[in-house]
Amino acid sequence: MKIILNKEQLHLSIIRLAHHLMENHVNVDDVVFIGIQPRGIKVSEKIVECIQSLYPGKKIQYGLLDITFYRDDVREEFHVAGKTDIPFSVEGKKVILIDDVLYTGRTIRAALDALQDFGRPQKVELCVLVDRRFNRELPIQPDYYGKAIDTSVSQKVKVEWDKEEVVLY
Amino acid sequence: MQLSTKHLLGIKELSPEDISTILATAQQFKEVLQRPVKKVPSLRDVTIVNLFYENSTRTRISFELAEKRLGADTINFSASGSSVSKGETLLDTVNNILSMKVDMVVMRHSASGAPHFLSKYLTDIPIVNAGDGINEHPTQALLDAFSIQEKIGTLTGKKILLIGDIMHSRVALSNIYLLKKMGAEVMLSGPPTLIPPYIKEAFDVQVEYDLKKALQWCDVANVLRIQLERQSQVLFSSLREYNHAYGVTKKILSQVGKEIVIMHPGPINRGVEIDSDVADSGQSIILQQVENGVAVRMAVLYLLAGKKNE
Repeated sequence: MKIILNKEQLHLSIIRLAHHLMENHVNVDDVVFIGIQPRGIKVSEKIVECIQSLYPGKKIQYGLLDITFYRDDVREEFHVAGKTDIPFSVEGKKVILIDDVLYTGRTIRAALDALQDFGRPQKVELCVLVDRRFNRELPIQPDYYGKAIDTSVSQKVKVEWDKEEVVLY
Repeated sequence: MQLSTKHLLGIKELSPEDISTILATAQQFKEVLQRPVKKVPSLRDVTIVNLFYENSTRTRISFELAEKRLGADTINFSASGSSVSKGETLLDTVNNILSMKVDMVVMRHSASGAPHFLSKYLTDIPIVNAGDGINEHPTQALLDAFSIQEKIGTLTGKKILLIGDIMHSRVALSNIYLLKKMGAEVMLSGPPTLIPPYIKEAFDVQVEYDLKKALQWCDVANVLRIQLERQSQVLFSSLREYNHAYGVTKKILSQVGKEIVIMHPGPINRGVEIDSDVADSGQSIILQQVENGVAVRMAVLYLLAGKKNE
């Protein structure tokens, strides 16, 4: 077991990601944030909370997306469907998808498909807390990441929110 | 949680966990149906045949929509106009259709137990019962339960009244199984000739022949259709008299003294078991039941199709 991000580093990474996102998107009204169920919710909540504190007068648009019904292994393995809640239109918006760990890229592929069913965004970007660089199975890369690490397939990366650290098993 | 059964033959075979899984999954599908694109690709590699050996409007359209919104390919079969009239047996018809590489069967049949019979022969193909004779109509009970939950929050401890032709109603039987499994209290009301005498003990339900008292007891009243097509003998004197004694009217509801939720599985015999001004009133959730039917059937098909590769 190895700690990749400790409590303080995790905290700083989230603040950095929030600032980096807003640096690239000066007009916050055009941007919507979508956390991917189930594990992207916590990190997206924290990032959005941080951005909200930077723009106290504005309402940051934030939604949840469940991708279970779009998975490519939907009939091979059973997955519990989570809640999708996107209470705004994504049409013409800049969408920031947020997840905790980017690994094979299959979740993001499904998320892009799912997102299309809500409208046609002007642009979609991907923000992840941890990028497992050399394990991709699809041509998908993050636009923003907290920490990039090199791992093997047998290893596991987990964000433990109760202890607020990211651990490699 | 994955379903414990391979087929959906009846609520009888489901566990309370299965029912909860189906209702929770249906909740997510209901959200899908509110999107600009009301469709997901989950079952795009699945072909489903809808075998309807008996007439249907709601159930057939609802299943077909559910299948299409899951991305499945569908074939529709009705007994009228098919080789059934030339004497082909049920098993032969089904085996012929399945040899064309069909993955799932949805079946309605006027014979009770027809899908159970089929399930003995088709071991690899999930079968969904869309109503068999006077036995069960499981997806109707599931959508009724979903609609009740949506309206009053939970089933546990709630008082649900089923009114009317209990004897010939597969909706009643499936509802009784489901409501008892989910911890609701069930009461039956209707003419004594339409309520089987053994049902009280067999299912641990209450029977109240006085409709007004029954309505005063309940939180939700599910009004069933008088199934004239299944009645071979005279069980009540006239439709007018039935309406007088057991019809749910504005007048009787105004005497109840509280707002109860009114449901009906359709098709409605207006002016017989329920009056128009009740069916179309704000306390009726009849059209919500129909809307929820698509989401519930999507959940059933999705959960059963997912078991194929085990």
